[in-house]
Amino acid sequence: MNSNLQRGINTSLIHLVLGLYTLVALFPIFLILVNALKTRKGIFNDPLALPTTDTLSFEGFQKVFSQSDFLLYFSNSLIVTLVALFFVLLLGAMASWALSEYRFPGRRILTLFMAMGIMVPIRLGTVSILELMVSLELVNTRTALILVYIAQGLPLAIFILTEYMAQIPKELKEAARCDDVSEYRLFFQVVLPLTRPAIATVAVFTMIPIWNDLWFPLILAPGEGTRTLTLGVQQFIGQYVTDWNSVLASLTLAVIPVLVLYLFFSRQLIRGLTAGAVK
Amino acid sequence: MIKQRGFPFHILVFILPGLLIYTLFSAWPLLDTLLLSFFEESGDQRVYSGLANYRLVLTDPDLSAGFWNALGNNGVFFLVHVLVQNPIGLLLAALLSLRNLRGVRTYRTLIFMPTLLSVVIIGFIWQLILSPLWGVSETLLGYVGLESLFDAWLGKESSALLTLALISVWQFVGIPMMLIYASLLAIPDELLDAAHVDGASPLRTFWQIKLPLIAPTLGLVTILTFIGNFNAFDLIYAVKGALAGPNFSTDILGTYFYRTFFGFQSSLGSSTLGATVATLMFLIILAGVALYFYGVQRRLQRYPM
Amino acid sequence: MKPFQLAALVPLTLALTINTALAGELNIESWRVDDKDLWEKEIIPAFNKAHPAISVKFNPTAPTEYNASLNTRLAGGTAGDLITCRPFDIALELYNKGNLTDISTLEGLKSFSDVARSAWQTDDGKTTFCMPMASVIHGFFYNQDIFAELGLSVPETEADFFTVLDKIKSDGSYTPIALGTNDGWETHQIVYTGIGPNAWKGEAGRKALIGGTAKMTDSGFVAPYAQMAKWQPYLSKGYQSQTYGDSQNLFALGRAAIYPAGSWDIAYFNSNADFKIGAFKPPVASKGATCYISDHTDIGMGINPASKNRTDAETLLNWLASKAFAELYTNKVTGFFSLSDHEISIEDPLAAEMISWRADCESTIRLNAQILSRGRDDLETAYWNAGQGVINGTVTPEAAAATIQAILDK
Repeated sequence: MNSNLQRGINTSLIHLVLGLYTLVALFPIFLILVNALKTRKGIFNDPLALPTTDTLSFEGFQKVFSQSDFLLYFSNSLIVTLVALFFVLLLGAMASWALSEYRFPGRRILTLFMAMGIMVPIRLGTVSILELMVSLELVNTRTALILVYIAQGLPLAIFILTEYMAQIPKELKEAARCDDVSEYRLFFQVVLPLTRPAIATVAVFTMIPIWNDLWFPLILAPGEGTRTLTLGVQQFIGQYVTDWNSVLASLTLAVIPVLVLYLFFSRQLIRGLTAGAVK
Repeated sequence: MIKQRGFPFHILVFILPGLLIYTLFSAWPLLDTLLLSFFEESGDQRVYSGLANYRLVLTDPDLSAGFWNALGNNGVFFLVHVLVQNPIGLLLAALLSLRNLRGVRTYRTLIFMPTLLSVVIIGFIWQLILSPLWGVSETLLGYVGLESLFDAWLGKESSALLTLALISVWQFVGIPMMLIYASLLAIPDELLDAAHVDGASPLRTFWQIKLPLIAPTLGLVTILTFIGNFNAFDLIYAVKGALAGPNFSTDILGTYFYRTFFGFQSSLGSSTLGATVATLMFLIILAGVALYFYGVQRRLQRYPM
Repeated sequence: MKPFQLAALVPLTLALTINTALAGELNIESWRVDDKDLWEKEIIPAFNKAHPAISVKFNPTAPTEYNASLNTRLAGGTAGDLITCRPFDIALELYNKGNLTDISTLEGLKSFSDVARSAWQTDDGKTTFCMPMASVIHGFFYNQDIFAELGLSVPETEADFFTVLDKIKSDGSYTPIALGTNDGWETHQIVYTGIGPNAWKGEAGRKALIGGTAKMTDSGFVAPYAQMAKWQPYLSKGYQSQTYGDSQNLFALGRAAIYPAGSWDIAYFNSNADFKIGAFKPPVASKGATCYISDHTDIGMGINPASKNRTDAETLLNWLASKAFAELYTNKVTGFFSLSDHEISIEDPLAAEMISWRADCESTIRLNAQILSRGRDDLETAYWNAGQGVINGTVTPEAAAATIQAILDK
């Protein structure tokens, strides 16, 4: 009975610690949401206060929808992120499989070469990338962004996925090969389903920087029709005056799709990490 | 055994599409620019200048101070992450992985939320919270009677870097938490049951069984933190601008590179010097990664699992 | 090739060619995100009344990204036809790199004084590469309600200024000066070069510094720092992390009495403050002394040599020199004052007050904007750090000046 009591205390303590940290994580987000709904004066007179009848304002949201092509920017961001994500995962998985499964000359060098991409800030290559896009006539297209994001996301994807694929039990592969299954079918029907959890991990780590990126949209696709959400928000950040109502409103809305994607992948994520982390 | 089927076309099919896109849109532009570090601009022409740029960045009495300052600050930035972010991540993961705990999914998702946010919004909200003008921090600290401790942390040379590092910890703690949590989950139940039967306390089980088993993950988390920190840029840029003030006290390699490469205010950027800084960043990260693979990881993997 | 494939290809290729060179379309590069609405709703329609065939697009980039993204786009060949120019050395460097066109022969330039043009000319004054658009004036705003409540009068001399500050401080209800040092630039661009010209005698001091006959360590250049060092007690608690936006809010919410201002702030306070605002010039050392103001040529526009629509671009630049534009810009972008010689009427009282200083005082531009900043070191940044350090109390005025002089000596 004593141990029961103790367990109860322990559990409450654990919830206390986790609850406190959750509070730390959420409090600033709570402030963002609260202040997105307030007038500018309301924000700065008392940032902690909930919106009152005096300070409640949907001005930010109204402006976002009336002044900018919010839905267009939103769909641009979504298209770019999803398409890039899809190809990072597919091509990354394929390359990782080749690098981890087959022994061929130059494999090590190739692995190292692919890993280079996570060690250099990709901004560095901007001018060369832009020149390339100009010569391919891809400036101001979503394709340009997608291509760069695929290139940017592949190294980390391969870094994580090769580790994981090396651990797929030999028996499974052998069994498939004995049945004379082609290497392609082996990959798509055996390996890919097995790696689904790891792929979810990579997906989460890949999509966040793409969704939030400002630099490449600014350089490669600043045109009205191809503008992404993060770039669209910039119009509220002025030289001397920043329209925080609108910035908070649009960025609050911008969190929703990544959150949905995150929830979608996180089911797989834990399983992916679990299987990937222990040899 | 893999059957001999002549030339292994399938390897090409698997590897080429990714390799092509990566080479064309990332590796080649990067290499092309990194090579600039061996040139200098004279008029419209670029002239080969050997290691002169490196000498300039590393030893020139005027220019090198900026680089070493940024490197030092980056070291501090990384240290804060290792000493604060990863232990917190470990603690949270350890608690979350305890058996029979309710609400794990909710905690996990909520604690991961900050990682999803755009840095523009994070910069704004933390400036608002930490600003002495609008009273958020003082009110909060007032609840626990600590308001006298509060200061303009983001604005002072002595505390700005530390404050920014902690904001970054707040933003990214979800990543080590998830990685460590997953590897804790993967520990075979039999091991833990055995410990339980032997009467080991949960704390002892953690220190003597779990921690050694997840050591490789801790190593991976550390090296990912290292790579992330030495490439960091966005948060400091959003809060402090490219100038990384006050008086460069929050300047890290990312912001230093940005100023060198693209210029700032009255100084115009130099692509050759910028490339030099970037190459140095690359070498630093490469050295860290190599150290990890050859020094740490090998030793860890020898641990009997 | 099958016919339907061909049919599909034709619009595609058409679309591509149209994208690359649409005759009569001009794209403007600018950092003035704030003016986007104004261009789209007022300026471009006004321009199109005179020139209906030319379609203009205003594509601003957030100011923090402007330099980096413009340079990248210029290098990649995707920059717009018209480039908004920052004054002096920054634009000059663009011209020297071949990124701005020589526009010396444009008719419109005749509407501007030599001083206005000098911001966008080569050192010998022979070549002009940007059409001047507007300048900004620096001084102080004050909250008239607070001044009335505390029975304060507008300070004229430095001594008056500090008396006023002391009174506000001893009353205790308001922050005397709304200023922070988090961002750094205000301490230099608004404060040091705003109050300084009185001490270094405007253009005379500036030219002496360029000519090397004066040094930063001379009393005329140290004195403004010495004055700034005395400001610390009058700022808000925690001013070290107060951003420029914070200062604006502090003043707009009526919590601070005095605001060191650039004229551009008029627009913001007109829409965000619900009390009457007055303006006063930087205080002079002794009553009756000549006053000097910082009337900084701040913004111009030039042509990208890669533009395919040079004639249309020139038409637009000439139009920027017209009276119609001067009136529109000065009155709509309140706080940016047209530089052309046309007589225009100014509607905003605060703007009219500031512009009237041009008649009372000698004008000068920001101290280091011309020629001085050409060294390898970033002088502008050094000045920011100096201003920041002096107000924070981490550097003495003398040491700050000496640091800058060391850079100038190189």
